[in-house]
Amino acid sequence: MADAAVPLTARRWRVPPVLAMILAIMTLWYAAAVPMNVKEVLTQAERAGVAVSPPSAAERRDMGHLVLVAQNPGALGASWSLDRARLPAPHQVLVELYDSTIDEELNGRRGIVRSGSLSNRSLIYHGWVTLNATFVGFLIGAGLGIALAIGIVHSRVMDMSVMPWAIVSQTIPIVALAPMIIVVLYSVGVQGLIPKAVISAYLSFFPVVVGMVKGLRSPDAMQMDLMRTYNAGAPTVLWKLRLPASVPYLFASLKIAIAASLVGAIVGELPVQQGGLGARMLAGSYYGQTAQIWAALFMAAGLAAVLVWAIGWLERRTLRRIGMSA
Amino acid sequence: MSQPASSLADSGAPVIRASHLDLTFQTADGPVHALKDVSLDIPKGAFVSFIGPSGCGKTTLLRCIAALEAPTGGELSVNGMSPDAARKARAYGYVFQAAGLYPWRTIGGNIRLPLEIMGFSKADQKDRVARVLELVELSGFADKFPWQLSGGMQQRASIARALAFDADILLMDEPFGALDEIVRDRLNEELLRLWARTEKTIAFVTHSIPEAVYLSTHIVVMSPRPGRITDVIESPLRKERPLDIRDTPEFIEIAHRVREGLRSGYQE
Amino acid sequence: MTLVVLALALWAGGFALNVALANGPARGTAAARLAVPVVFGATVLAMWECLVRGLGVPPVILPPPSQIAQTFGANLGLLWRDFVQTILKGALGGYIIGCGAAFLTALLVDRYRYLREGLLPLGNFMAALPIVGTAPILVMWFGFGWQSKAAVVVLMVFFPMLVNTVAGLQDTTAMQRDLVRTYAASWGQTLIKLRLPAAMPFIFNGLKISTTLALVGAIVAEFFGSPTLGLGFRISTSIGQLDLGMVWSAIVVAALAGSVFFGLVTVIEKRLTFWHASQRGGR
Repeated sequence: MADAAVPLTARRWRVPPVLAMILAIMTLWYAAAVPMNVKEVLTQAERAGVAVSPPSAAERRDMGHLVLVAQNPGALGASWSLDRARLPAPHQVLVELYDSTIDEELNGRRGIVRSGSLSNRSLIYHGWVTLNATFVGFLIGAGLGIALAIGIVHSRVMDMSVMPWAIVSQTIPIVALAPMIIVVLYSVGVQGLIPKAVISAYLSFFPVVVGMVKGLRSPDAMQMDLMRTYNAGAPTVLWKLRLPASVPYLFASLKIAIAASLVGAIVGELPVQQGGLGARMLAGSYYGQTAQIWAALFMAAGLAAVLVWAIGWLERRTLRRIGMSA
Repeated sequence: MSQPASSLADSGAPVIRASHLDLTFQTADGPVHALKDVSLDIPKGAFVSFIGPSGCGKTTLLRCIAALEAPTGGELSVNGMSPDAARKARAYGYVFQAAGLYPWRTIGGNIRLPLEIMGFSKADQKDRVARVLELVELSGFADKFPWQLSGGMQQRASIARALAFDADILLMDEPFGALDEIVRDRLNEELLRLWARTEKTIAFVTHSIPEAVYLSTHIVVMSPRPGRITDVIESPLRKERPLDIRDTPEFIEIAHRVREGLRSGYQE
Repeated sequence: MTLVVLALALWAGGFALNVALANGPARGTAAARLAVPVVFGATVLAMWECLVRGLGVPPVILPPPSQIAQTFGANLGLLWRDFVQTILKGALGGYIIGCGAAFLTALLVDRYRYLREGLLPLGNFMAALPIVGTAPILVMWFGFGWQSKAAVVVLMVFFPMLVNTVAGLQDTTAMQRDLVRTYAASWGQTLIKLRLPAAMPFIFNGLKISTTLALVGAIVAEFFGSPTLGLGFRISTSIGQLDLGMVWSAIVVAALAGSVFFGLVTVIEKRLTFWHASQRGGR
């Protein structure tokens, strides 16, 4: 039964599971690209004079993708290199990523090498714009959230009046407010970083409040009683007991908060498009540049992963310093 | 001190037979030698206690019998089959150190758990639940949830659960360890009464000397890790035992012998 | 000016009332616990009304609550149709498909350890990503209708639900597992009688998180393209028309839908996980 103590000598050599999963996903992706792109591929093939069945685009329009693939096995060569593919192949996305980042900056006319500032066509620039808003919003939201949490734990009135709203607010899609905040602030002349940071702050605020309150209240009755035997005042209890005990909870909610912050910044870029990954995705969808959308999405995903990893790294360092590492 | 040869075989083939049993765990900190050269025969209808210091392997031995662990050397047979075959034939009921009742089921539901898994009919299930609840004096609690019962009552329910499907063997791993003295005494008495009524073979792990001497027909004393058997004591006490038998000279003598066996285990 | 003074007076009064309720003799009762946040909310609304009117804030920036209520009442039919499109078709449809698929995948992952070790780290990774960004791609594939919004919701709820369900299925103690092993129970029996009931608290945690994600996904996906219907569509077009009353009305519908949805799941959770320490009034 031993789930825990698997004899080390009995483990067979095998492909690491995560690697195997990624390879499987890549394979599926390549395979799926064929039926997804088949209509455009056949149109191109038809124009190049290859025999396609059925021969006209009008006839093909209402047919199923898999049926078309089955009927035209020889004409599918361009499936993984279409210009405006419905499903770009992985390498196409990677190429677009490279083109819009390193290549654009190093070789582009407006790239950093030639013009001294980031090109406004590069994903590095757009990622930077989004990251700025995310970060500023996150700091404001987390800071205010921690402050409010401390207030809630110490004031009964605040606890009873504000906490239910904080919990309820987690159930409502606050992000629906994003366009309104952007446009309203825009009309009073506030644009650029601030409105997006406001949305990011708002989205990261509530998870931090809820998580921090939980953490500040996590010391058990025995530990609180000990503080009372020392006649410790509330500030001392806060500094020496509640805050250290809340660190794991804080970091758990910071990870959620920063991911929410990023989503807020991206959504905030949609109404008034002045750069940023969200604007880039929207532009890509307007102009049918699918590879552009995918590349921006990957950039955003990469950004999210880096941010969450960074919080995790900070968490490990902090826990080690205060002696709470597992 | 040398290993006493299989000294328990009375009438008939032993229900549980261990022969030079050996068990070494591979853990992250290196190998742990839990059992060393354990040989033992348990006859039908016996009440065998395993006593020894913490970590001596008595629980491990019980788990081997239950096919929850696999020995790395030697042979073990239960009812003439391998322990795993005996497990699949549902030859024993196991009582853990904690009651381990599922909180989402009522007491009755918990007792029905093995019956459902083993495919007893609904009418049969109802019968058996009523019967074993009466045996452990918990009739009327069938619709309560585990958290509504005290620790002692939960443990009684756990025993009832192990009795529900009429296995011939009962394996009990320090079932009363977490309970207070008064409750423990009462449950010891109840267990003896049960054993007399049902005539099962019981293997009982404990680290309380009075409990081991009070309950058993045979007491197996084990040494600290790696666990070896240092002594097997056949109890001369008669089967019907009131609680105050614990003050008689015979009882104290057996307890003394157990203590000697435990001490010698440390000196080896 | 008088309205501003009134606003301040209301704030002071509301605060005093709440202090009395929170610290006075009635403070432990359920009635007090309900009254305090309600008083707080009502005070905020009343202050909003007074300050906006008193300071002459243009309604295209921030309309007073009374105007929002008026717009809301005047457009019930339209808002209802938006609600059906976004919440019932997009969010709920995606929620059911996404959570269902995640649950089935979790069963597979639980069964095969290799899958678990491979997919779970990926699942955790994906749960942290801004999946709303896939909205334009899904609109391209599924069209402008509610299907693409449901697809976004499926992607958004899948990974958190998967991670939570797998964690729940794994959350059995060795003793509970050993017990069914002594009964020679099959994997299927163990699943139904032990792992699924034990996993319920985690499953519901995932379901509750997913309610919010479903709403967010459906609404944000509409910002990227939708037919002339839907709450997200209503919000973005009403902003373009500077009809802030309509914007807020749509937001109110979304907020109500979110809390009711979450509340329903919580009610079901209470019934199915009554036995868990957290539901029995644990600290």
